[in-house]
Amino acid sequence: MGLTELPGSLIAGLWRQPSARAALVTLGIITAMAIAGPPFLPDPAAQPDVVGQALLPPGAGHPFGTDQLSRDVLARVVGGARISLAVAGLAVLVSVTIGAGVGLVAGYLGGAVDAALMRLVEAALAIPRLFILLLLLAVWDHIPLAALILILGTTGWFGTSRLVRGEVLRLRHEAFVTGAEALGARRARVMFRHLLPNTTGPLLVAATLGVGDVILLEAGLSFLGLGIQPPRPSWGGMIFDAKAVLVTAPWTSIFPGLAILATVLAVNVLGDALSGAVDPRKS
Amino acid sequence: MSRVLEVENLRVTFPGADGRRVAAVDGVSFGLSRGETLALVGESGCGKSLTALSLLRLVPTPGRIEPESRIRLGDADVLGLEGAALRAIRGRRIGMIFQDPMTSLDPVFRVGDQIAEGILAHFPVSKREARERAITLLRDVGIPDPSARADAFPHQLSGGMRQRVMIAIALAAEPEILVADEPTTALDVTVQAQILEVLDGLRTARGMAVLLITHDLGIVAGRADRVAVMYAGQIVEEAPTAGLFARPSHPYTQGLFESIPRLTGPVERLRPIPGTVPSATAWPSGCRFRPRCPHAFEPCGREPPVHEVAPDQRMRCWLESEKGDLRSEK
Amino acid sequence: MSRWLLGRLLQAVVTLVLVAVLLFFLMRLAPGDPLSRLGADQQMSALEIERLRERYGLDQPILRQFFVWAGGVARGDLGVSIEYARPVTSLIAERLPATLLLGGIVLLVNFTLGLWLGSVQAVRHGTAADRWLTAVSLAGYAMPSFWLGLVLAALVAVHWRLLPAAGMHNPLLPPDAPVWRLALDVGAHLVLPVLTLVTVSIASVIRYQRRALLEVLPLPYIVAARAKGLPESLVLRRHAWRNALFPVLTLAGLWLPILATGSVFVEAVFAWPGLGSLAAGAVGSRDYPLLMGTALLVSALVVLGGLLTDVAYAVLDPRIRWA
Repeated sequence: MGLTELPGSLIAGLWRQPSARAALVTLGIITAMAIAGPPFLPDPAAQPDVVGQALLPPGAGHPFGTDQLSRDVLARVVGGARISLAVAGLAVLVSVTIGAGVGLVAGYLGGAVDAALMRLVEAALAIPRLFILLLLLAVWDHIPLAALILILGTTGWFGTSRLVRGEVLRLRHEAFVTGAEALGARRARVMFRHLLPNTTGPLLVAATLGVGDVILLEAGLSFLGLGIQPPRPSWGGMIFDAKAVLVTAPWTSIFPGLAILATVLAVNVLGDALSGAVDPRKS
Repeated sequence: MSRVLEVENLRVTFPGADGRRVAAVDGVSFGLSRGETLALVGESGCGKSLTALSLLRLVPTPGRIEPESRIRLGDADVLGLEGAALRAIRGRRIGMIFQDPMTSLDPVFRVGDQIAEGILAHFPVSKREARERAITLLRDVGIPDPSARADAFPHQLSGGMRQRVMIAIALAAEPEILVADEPTTALDVTVQAQILEVLDGLRTARGMAVLLITHDLGIVAGRADRVAVMYAGQIVEEAPTAGLFARPSHPYTQGLFESIPRLTGPVERLRPIPGTVPSATAWPSGCRFRPRCPHAFEPCGREPPVHEVAPDQRMRCWLESEKGDLRSEK
Repeated sequence: MSRWLLGRLLQAVVTLVLVAVLLFFLMRLAPGDPLSRLGADQQMSALEIERLRERYGLDQPILRQFFVWAGGVARGDLGVSIEYARPVTSLIAERLPATLLLGGIVLLVNFTLGLWLGSVQAVRHGTAADRWLTAVSLAGYAMPSFWLGLVLAALVAVHWRLLPAAGMHNPLLPPDAPVWRLALDVGAHLVLPVLTLVTVSIASVIRYQRRALLEVLPLPYIVAARAKGLPESLVLRRHAWRNALFPVLTLAGLWLPILATGSVFVEAVFAWPGLGSLAAGAVGSRDYPLLMGTALLVSALVVLGGLLTDVAYAVLDPRIRWA
């Protein structure tokens, strides 16, 4: 399937499946609120009345209630959505780019380059990603957002590289590749002009599922204080703050948690549906 | 001779692209008598394997056998059986040899165990007794050093030996009917003859009726008593073997014979049947062979009747069989 | 076969060495060195920091530092924890059993309940039960483990007071109480952490088993087994499961990273005295030797897990064992 026909027919195909449709709608709503919501909502960092308006249950004026610093929970959830989606999206972009690059090179060039790269990837995969992140992030006092995105991105490409390498190995003896080589195409050209477009399917799936993984990881890091730094709102940070009032003011922790759940679930359902659609073995 | 198997109006349908069901086997009827060998001949896609699977109710979902079908085994109605009664037929009254022995044997179990499994499912014997019987069966199918071979895994055996193991499995519960689905297709030519010999010997020794499914007319001669030719889900001609070979009446049958290359006689151009086999989703209306038939004429637009062209030889065609060869009609 | 085994072992060793290299340089990649924070945190004088630097060997060239560290690791010395002022190895040894207990039970539940549910889904492919199970297991996977832990703790432990919310033992229980009482006590403390970890991780097992079985069930040898007259349950158990085992075995090897990650949060939330909470705490105090030590241990276990899986595969698949 050509690169340009992919999006249209893909979305149409996905729309037909009820679960994928629900996922797309959910993500659409969350993204729309993240982009367009903040102007209509109070400032997520504002603490208007810590004495009088703290820990208000959901009601008029505060659909999701307020936290112990009288900050509006809905505003913070939406603000958190904005940050989490942006961080996840950018981080995954970095991961997919590096992963595709490494996978292409390893799979196509083969030999010692392949062996060395794959040994490294194997070792990197043996270390749970969270631990890598903990080691890298614990140095900072106050982690700059750009650094967070970059670190998340550079720690997430290992699996993708193996995936892409697998695809390249599968395709490298196909006629369209050997044909290009016979015509004297340079190796870079073969890789990027011929092989890469044919890996977009699995890459798309990996990227989608990767977004879900990053959202969960980032929430966890924020919970530990290593992710998105206050006063920026983050779902993980909100849950951390809510620990003290878990039972007395459940809305402070339920809503951010549900936000994560809904987003990651939608992303995973979508990724699932995508992987069914791009399966090369489909008859 | 008594009939051990009677199949009437067998219809097997699958869901088609637009939601309606498509009949891959469409009104097949035949019978099998004790000790007789019936060959079911046809190209791939004509529905012969599905017919065989139907006898054991093993049609894969989403396919299903339509209710107007009848399959009678002796006096048992196969389509009405459930549970234990159905399992009592599988293997015990009808044994099946599957097409590709590499994929039809479980790769993680020893072949002896796979044969013994078939025995233990139907006879209350001990494991050791079952193993003994399995070894005997391996010897019967002509495998040398059977007790050692019984401990082999499928991938350690050659194609011919695996097929012999499949035969042994089919015979394990001593069925009265053997269904052999393309038993030699996956094998080298030299091995094919050996396997057919084995089958022949066992059949006469045990007095079994055999349904031999194949696309190869060559293996039918001298081994089958009767032949049924299948095309596009239907039987188009049925006759005793000698009769069919002497006087193929249906244009499709004739086409099949003509496309067999001959080693002797004058060297002529091969005459394949023009066109391709239609898929079940697009059976032609009326006579299904019409688009490819050199004798097609006006009535062929309607469903052709089944009529006798000779004693015990029937075909599904509008043409009256002349006394003689239709081939002379060009 | 034994030659292959040897090769595989060698491969594992190489991977471990690479892991060590990666971990070491990973940490040094981050700007500043481990001690630079101490100046701000604990208000040490520049001289004291300099002395500490010397003591930890941080003033040496980096390659030298690596070999010193690697040599220590090979001897079983993982350094000294900055926060606890104790050898890292003794800390790990102290906390490992609790994590193994928790992880082991989670593994057990996942691979029994998960395999069963996956089979149910495969056999009932396409039915409502299949879709529901997919939805539920995916939802569990999408939950942040720490959030689920907190919600469960708040609900079950605090609000309904059914189970303990933290720790591994009831501090009021005397150590000389009968064994079964002690066991029951630990068991009660295990319920919520296990429930949390299982919920967020069982989806992978269910999906793997479902897919593996779905690939095996239409295969010719399954049809052939039915043709012998075997009851469906036997066909499923003996032929289908056995062949679907292999992909699931691969999953068992990948299991450790998932478990390790989940443990960090769940142990922290439930104050379970294991490696996970140790690591979580080390983050707050920037205790590098401790973090490194735990990361190294977990990675080693992952490599070991992968090795064991490959060996199991080779042993169980006759096509490999008797090639």
